[in-house]
Amino acid sequence: MELRLDIPEREKFIKMKGKHHKKEFICNTDSVAGSVSQRACVYSGARVVLNPIEDAVHLVHGPIGCASYTWDIRGSLSSGSELFRNSFSSDLKESDVIFGGEEKLSKCIDEIYEKYKPKLIFVYSTCIAGVIGDDIKAVCKESSKKYNIYVVPVESSGFVGNKAAGYKAACNSLLDLIKEFPVLKKEPLSINYMGDFNLAGEAWIIKGYLNQMGLKVNTIFTGDSNFESLKKATASSLNIVQCAGSMTYLAKKFEETFDIPYMKVSFLGIEDTSNSLRKIAAFFNDKDVMLKTEKLIEEKTKMAKPIIEKYKRYLKGKKAAIFVGGGFKAISLIKQFRELGIDVVVIGTQNGQKDEYEKIEEIADYGTVILDDANPSELEKFMVEKGADILAGGVKERFLSYKMGIAFIDHNHDRKHPLSGYEGAINFAEEVYTTACSPVWKYVKDGVNKCV
Amino acid sequence: MEKIAKGESKMECNTTERKYLTVNPLKTCQPLGAVWACLGIHQCMPHSHGSQGCTSYLRMQLTRHFREFIPTTTSSFSEAQVVFGGVGNLKQAIRNILSIYKPKVIGISTTCSAETIGDDVPGTINEMRASGDIPEDVKVFTASTPSYVGSHVTGFSNMVKSAVETFAQKSSPNGKINIIPGLLSPGDLREIKRILKIMGIDAIILPDISDVLDAPMTGEIHLYQKGGTTISEIEDMGNSISTIVLGREAGIEPAESLKEMYDVPYEVLPLPIGISNVDKFIMKLSEITGKPIPYELEEERGRLVDMMLDAHAHWYNKKAAVFGDPDIVEAIVGYANDLGINVLYALTGTYSSEWEKTVKSMVPDAYVSSDSDLWYLKEQLDKKPVDMLFGNSHGKYLAKEYDLPLLRVGFPILDRANLQHFPIVGYRGTAWLVERTGNTLLDYKDAKSPEHLLELIM
Repeated sequence: MELRLDIPEREKFIKMKGKHHKKEFICNTDSVAGSVSQRACVYSGARVVLNPIEDAVHLVHGPIGCASYTWDIRGSLSSGSELFRNSFSSDLKESDVIFGGEEKLSKCIDEIYEKYKPKLIFVYSTCIAGVIGDDIKAVCKESSKKYNIYVVPVESSGFVGNKAAGYKAACNSLLDLIKEFPVLKKEPLSINYMGDFNLAGEAWIIKGYLNQMGLKVNTIFTGDSNFESLKKATASSLNIVQCAGSMTYLAKKFEETFDIPYMKVSFLGIEDTSNSLRKIAAFFNDKDVMLKTEKLIEEKTKMAKPIIEKYKRYLKGKKAAIFVGGGFKAISLIKQFRELGIDVVVIGTQNGQKDEYEKIEEIADYGTVILDDANPSELEKFMVEKGADILAGGVKERFLSYKMGIAFIDHNHDRKHPLSGYEGAINFAEEVYTTACSPVWKYVKDGVNKCV
Repeated sequence: MEKIAKGESKMECNTTERKYLTVNPLKTCQPLGAVWACLGIHQCMPHSHGSQGCTSYLRMQLTRHFREFIPTTTSSFSEAQVVFGGVGNLKQAIRNILSIYKPKVIGISTTCSAETIGDDVPGTINEMRASGDIPEDVKVFTASTPSYVGSHVTGFSNMVKSAVETFAQKSSPNGKINIIPGLLSPGDLREIKRILKIMGIDAIILPDISDVLDAPMTGEIHLYQKGGTTISEIEDMGNSISTIVLGREAGIEPAESLKEMYDVPYEVLPLPIGISNVDKFIMKLSEITGKPIPYELEEERGRLVDMMLDAHAHWYNKKAAVFGDPDIVEAIVGYANDLGINVLYALTGTYSSEWEKTVKSMVPDAYVSSDSDLWYLKEQLDKKPVDMLFGNSHGKYLAKEYDLPLLRVGFPILDRANLQHFPIVGYRGTAWLVERTGNTLLDYKDAKSPEHLLELIM
C-alpha cells in the first residue's frame, strides 16, 4: 500500500508498521494549513483539564466564542457543587480589544465575587487576550489580594501551541495553587489519582477499587474535585496517572516539589486494569493491600470476563481504527480491542508524543497505519483501504464514520457511559457490539448485517 | 441597523446589577455563523482564517447540533503568524484546499486573532488570482468576522452579505424571488421549498442547507452533497423581483446590499413559525408574485387551526420564557401569542434595539432583552416563575432546577437527535410544534402526577 497523500507535507506525519523504518515521523507540531484539522487549541487543553474542579469559577477572558464552545464541554460528573457547569466570560468587545481588557476583567472578577463568593477562580487567557497583551497575572494578583481568595491565571493563549501546551498550562496553574497551601504530612496508604475527569462517573469506579484495596484517595485531578480536596494532595504517598498526555507533567512536578513518586496506569480493558491495580499494590508493598487487590481482581474478572467473551463471539475478526486525543489512550485501546478479538488496522492520535508513537509501533500488527493529526480525508482513505469495521474516536469523527458505513464508539467527551475499569470494559464491549452489529447496517446501501 | 457593544447598552436595557460579566451566554461567535452560511452554498469549503482551535470548536458544535460531518479548513495559526502575520498560512491553506478538497467555492471567514493582526484577506485572494494560484473556475468570497463583534448571527449575516456582494449580478429579469432564510434547520428549508412548489413560485434561497446537512445515508461519503445554493443562482439574485428576508437579524443586511446594488426591493418578515407568522409569509408570497394561495395550503391551515383548538385547553393560562437566537425568539413569541401562552421573558444575546422594539410591541408586559444571558433568566425565575421554557439545550439545567418542561427549539440542540429533520415553519411545521407543545405539557403532567391523581382521559 502506498502512503501517498494529497498534501505532501502531511507524509511525514504517517507511517506503516513494518515499512519506512528509517523514515522521519513527525508528531506534536502545528497542523498543516488548509487541512480539516481535528485539533483544538491551548485554551481548550487547559480548560478540559481544570473544568471538573467543581466549586471554582472558570472565567474565560476573551470574546464570547471561547466560553460558549467550552460550556459544560465534557460530561464530568460532580458529587458536590455544580458551579463549574456554568459559563463565565468577560465577553470582550471591539472597544476592549482596542483599549485593552484588563479593567473589564478586573470588574468581572468583582462581580463574580459579589455574586458567588467563590474561594477559587481560574482566569483563562485566550488568543485575543494574548494578542492585545492584557496582563492577566497582574489582574489576578490584585483581585486575590482584594478579596483574599485564590484567583489563578491560566496562560492559555490559543496560538502558542496545541492542546498539549494547554494541558501544561493547566498543570502549572494547579501547581501554583497547591504550592500556596500548607504541605501536609504524608499518609502511608494514600494516593492521588491524576488524569481522570470523571466522565460519566469513571473516577468514582476507580476510586471505589482503590478504597476496596485499602487505599485512601486524597485528591483526584481533576474529576469530582473541589477547592478543599485540592488542599489534601500533598498528603499522598503516590500519584497514579491515567491520562498520561494531560497529567504526566503535573506528576513529575509533584515528584520534584513534594517528593511524591508517580506511576502511569491505565484502567481501559480488563488486562490493563488488573495490571495497573497490581502495580499500585506492589508499590505500597503491604500484605493486606495486596491480598485485597487480588481478591478484587478475581471477583471483578469473574464478573466481567464471561460477558466480554460472549460479545467476542460476534466481534472476532473485525477490524478497528482508532483516532483519539492521546497516545497513551491509543495504546490501551489497541489492547482492549484485542480482548474482543478485534484487530486494529489504523491508529491515529491528535496529540500523541514521540515515545507513545514508538510504543504504538511496537505493539501494533504489521501493516497497521499509524498517523498523527489525521484529517478526515486521510482517515477515510486508510479506513477504506484497511477495511475497518469500527472507529473509536471523538464527536467530529462520528458522522464521518457513519456516512462511510462504519460503526463508531465515542471514546472522548461524548461517551455515553463509563469506559473505565471492569464495569467500563463491559460497557465498551456492549457498545462495540451494539454499533458494529446494529440491524440498521442492513438498510445501508449494499450493507450487510455485519454480525450474522 | 444599529448595534451597540454590551457595556454601553446594559445601562438602558438591563436591570441586573451585572454590567461586565456574562454568565451562560445566549450566543456564540461570528465564525460559527459564517461557516453555517458557507455550508448552504453548493460545493463550498468553509475556511476559517485563524487558529486551529477556533475551527475545531465550531466544527464540534455544528457536528453535535446537526449530527452530520462538518468540513471546515483552518489556517492553523501559531505564534509566528500572530507575530509576523498570517498571509503565508492563508496562501498555503488555499493551495492545499484546492489540491485536496477540490471545492467549487471557498468561503473564507476570519477570527479575532487574524483581524487583530490585520491580515489583508481579500488582497491576498486577489493576488493569488492574478498569479494564477486560484483557477478561474473556483470562486472565493471572504468576510470579516471577528469574534469580538456581534454574535454567530452577525457572522451568518456578514457571510451571506459577502456572497451576495461578491457574486450577484444584474442582466435580465428572472421572475424569481430571493429568500434569505436565516439559521433555519434543513427540515425547515425543505418545508419552505415545498410551500414554494405548491404555489408554483421560483425562488433562490441563500443559503440552503437542505440536501447538505440532511443528506440521506448511502454508505458512501461525499465531501460535498447535492444541495446548497449554486454560484449561478447567487449571480442571478440581482435579477429577482424581490427579496424576502425571513428573520431580520440574520438576513436584512444582505437584502439591503441587493437593494443598493441592483435595486431589488426587500420585505422583512418574521420566521414563518406560528399561524400568524405563516399567514404573513404566504400572503406576502402571493402579493409579490401574483400567484393565488392554493387550496392545499388553505386545508393545511384549516387542519392547524383544528389542532390548535383540540389542544388549547392544555396550555390555558401557561406562562413561558423564550430564549435563544433573536429571530427564532421573535417567531416563537408570535407563536405563543397565537396560542394564548403568556410570554414573561424574551431573551437573546445578539444585541439589536430594533429587535427589542419589535418584540416589546408583541409582548408589552414581558421582560425583553437582546443583551441578556441565561443566568439572568435564572435570577428572574426565582422572583417571577414560569410554567415552561422555549429554547436551546442550555436551558436544560434551568428546566431541571425549576422543574419545568423545556421545548427544544433553535440552536444549539446538543441533547436530542433528529429534530433538525422536522420543520417548525409553515402550517405543517407549526402543527408539529403545536403537537409537541401540548403533549410535552401533558407528558410533564403525567410524570409529575402521583398515582392517585393520574388520569386516563386528558
